Amino acid sequence: MSATIVSLPDQSTARIPKMNYLSKENGLLSWLLTGDHKRIAILYLISLSFFFFIGGALAGLIRLELLTPQADLMATDTYNKVFTMHGVIMIFFFLVPSVPATLGNFLIPMMIGAKDLALPKINLLSWYLYVAGGLLAIYTMAAGGVDTGWTFTTPLSTHYVNTNVLTTGLAAFIAGFSSIFTGLNFIVTIHKMRAPGMTWFRLPLFVWAHYAASILMVLATPVVAIAIVLIALERTIGIGVFDPTKGGDPLLFQHLFWFYSHPAVYIMILPGMGVISEVISTFSRKRVFGYTAVAFSSVAIAVFGFFVWAHHMFIMGISNYAVLVFSLLTMLVAVPSAIKIFNWTFTLYKGSITFETPMLYTFGFMGLFTIGGLTGVFLGTSGTDIHLTETYFIVAHFHFVMVGGMLMAFLAGIHFWWPKMTGRMYPEKISQLAAVVTFIGFNFTFFPQFILGTLGMPRRYASYPPEFQILNVFSTAGATILGVGYLLPVLYLVWSLKYGAVAGNNPWQATGLEWQTQSPPLTENFTSTPIMDHEAYDYEWLERQKEKEVASV
Amino acid sequence: MSESTAIAHGAAEAAHQEHPAYLRHHFENVEQQADATNFAMWIFLLTEIMFFGGLFTAYLIYRNWYYPAFVSASHQLDVRWGTLNTLVLIFSSFTMAMGVWCAETRRRKGLVLCLGLTFVLGLAFLGIKTIEYGEKIEKNHVPGFHYSLNSFLDPEHDAAAKQYGDKPLPLDMARHTEVYFSLYFAMTGMHALHMIIGIGILGYMMFRAWGGAYTSGHVTFVENFGLYWHFVDIIWIYLFALLYLISRHP
Amino acid sequence: MSGQNGHAQYKEGGNAHHIVSPVVYVVILFALIIGTAATVWASFLELGVWNPVIALAIACTKAILVVLFFMHVKYSSKLTMLTVAAGVFMFLVLVGMTLADYISRAWGNW
Repeated sequence: MSATIVSLPDQSTARIPKMNYLSKENGLLSWLLTGDHKRIAILYLISLSFFFFIGGALAGLIRLELLTPQADLMATDTYNKVFTMHGVIMIFFFLVPSVPATLGNFLIPMMIGAKDLALPKINLLSWYLYVAGGLLAIYTMAAGGVDTGWTFTTPLSTHYVNTNVLTTGLAAFIAGFSSIFTGLNFIVTIHKMRAPGMTWFRLPLFVWAHYAASILMVLATPVVAIAIVLIALERTIGIGVFDPTKGGDPLLFQHLFWFYSHPAVYIMILPGMGVISEVISTFSRKRVFGYTAVAFSSVAIAVFGFFVWAHHMFIMGISNYAVLVFSLLTMLVAVPSAIKIFNWTFTLYKGSITFETPMLYTFGFMGLFTIGGLTGVFLGTSGTDIHLTETYFIVAHFHFVMVGGMLMAFLAGIHFWWPKMTGRMYPEKISQLAAVVTFIGFNFTFFPQFILGTLGMPRRYASYPPEFQILNVFSTAGATILGVGYLLPVLYLVWSLKYGAVAGNNPWQATGLEWQTQSPPLTENFTSTPIMDHEAYDYEWLERQKEKEVASV
Repeated sequence: MSESTAIAHGAAEAAHQEHPAYLRHHFENVEQQADATNFAMWIFLLTEIMFFGGLFTAYLIYRNWYYPAFVSASHQLDVRWGTLNTLVLIFSSFTMAMGVWCAETRRRKGLVLCLGLTFVLGLAFLGIKTIEYGEKIEKNHVPGFHYSLNSFLDPEHDAAAKQYGDKPLPLDMARHTEVYFSLYFAMTGMHALHMIIGIGILGYMMFRAWGGAYTSGHVTFVENFGLYWHFVDIIWIYLFALLYLISRHP
Repeated sequence: MSGQNGHAQYKEGGNAHHIVSPVVYVVILFALIIGTAATVWASFLELGVWNPVIALAIACTKAILVVLFFMHVKYSSKLTMLTVAAGVFMFLVLVGMTLADYISRAWGNW
């Protein structure tokens, strides 16, 4: 594939700009006490990667155990702890903060033409809270783990286990506040700090996506916080709020928990969708089809996402009427997501498509997220959900949307904005290889799990009937390939920091204010406040800019 | 230093003189900073609404399920202390609002006085709460700590229950009074925690206000804290209505 | 630093310049005190199902007075009012939809 839009400066003379946010100050304290949103983003990127690999190692252990039908690799209790920590770490310490805390933090001020987020100190506090929660989670693992599943379902978590529910709950609570403060910062920044001329409908769709996700972060996370507080009170003092013998209802916990945890999945996916909008436009050289529809559908996903939580509770004992209502509402929430897929597809139509790594991940996203989303419809339909819930079908569904969708979007974003963040290009060939390996590995890992689910293999079990083994072996083999696919970026991205080609301001020839300044950017982002005088994704404007540059030389 | 950087330096210094010291450099001007921080406090209050929302949800469910238990249990709370506390907080909201007015009209001593009154009223609230909690501890109405059902099984020998003419509850309904008290302590405890944090910040503000920090044009800290304080008052308005005033007719 | 025109760019909304008079605060204070007295008095009356309705109505009135006047929302931007409305709405969704499950359980299986 020789067609590429990459346009790098002459490598014999190009240098990383001497003055940039990385070189501005040196020393550990200048990083640990920074208010610069870009440095905080890098801090997050490093810590997120660390937790991702811990969560990934736990996933590896799960797949190793499931190679054989017997629970022979580890004790079943240990297996319970492994999948619980895998879920807790991957959700609270990787997926929820992934794009917002790294790419969102780095890019939102630049995309709106501001010097920083509205509350830089709160931003730094967010990172410290994240690290504190993460360290507590690691401590929990060392102290013996917790085996309730990441969902902490009562009354198991309150009355029947002796494991570290409280410390894990506390870790999630602290991480929740990190998330709340990030979302709060984004909302205030996007409302109050846009540059002159940057109206709402000239914002990049990445910003719209983060705005919608931030609304969810701010309104939903406190509810899971109080749920965790109540679990703590139940476990320590025995207040009885979830205890049937004292008149409590265990299902109340689930209502409060899923009131957050369903919007949480939209918190996880919306920023990824924002990345996809940016990447797909750049690599089709076309504005996103139906900008308004995509912007409004982001907000619609956020709003409707609040009304559907009990579809995680269909079999738990809620009333049939609640099942009916929540099932109907779940059908509704699928619509805005589908609208986005359609709009991205129409963006591709008659575009000049090239296949650089971010675009490969984007194609992967579109296919895998669509499959994951469609299988969600089977789960939202209460009749089929009764058979499919708590089986591997659910596991496959959420891994398709979260890993096939969100993680691919995260990788697309990291690759897309790597030149901006570091001033260097990653090596294209090996990164394309890694993307393909990831895609293949992913499908081998998780597609068999749909079949296993429909055949009836339950989730969260260390052992299973022997007739399921062949599919499980497929899945584990795929996981190995997937692991290679995730390891490669770490290696070549770190390599590129020293040896990558100098990227220049705008290697992708993208629109967007962040691409109109140097790579890596200055600490204050812009030398003077930019004035926004064109629409988003205006490639004609970009052409005129280039002509002006050439003319002035 | 080359000429161009010297010029840039001079220009930056001149620009600095127009900016108050409290203007953070990522903001264009003071209005933007005040507006943004005010909006940020409102968003934070949204998170607080949802945080307490979970507790209110639990309360409403169990009150619906165990109404007789909730009625009897609520009679164990002294409505006089509760009313007094409500008035204390309402007054403290008034003094806080007056404090903001003093800051806006640059009345330094007035501001310190108002913050001081708010501080004292806040402490008074906590003092009354301590008395109330003490009463509950004495009568073993704290869930998980030798919770006693006697007041509900045998209201004749309980002054508070007798005052309202309560009938003895059946045993299972009497057990559900523990749920009421769980929620009572969880909700008022969470509220009290927010009060303690607020009083702490008030102390800090009084100290800074005395030095004139808030009466030279930069009122946002006082204003935004005021929002927090009023919010905590609003939570109590609902807690009072829901926990104390379920039904006190004989 | 931004350029010379940096100052002019940001147009503030909201209550930056409107100072609420103490008279308003005193009036609201008295309204709140009267509301408190009313709600306590009402709780001693036998009004059946209307007891909680009246208690909540008075509480909501008091809350609205605090929000509008003590918290300056009446003098604030539309954005502030929208923010308050969003919070109240989400709270009602949480409480309402959860309660709907609990109440409809008693309706039996269709």
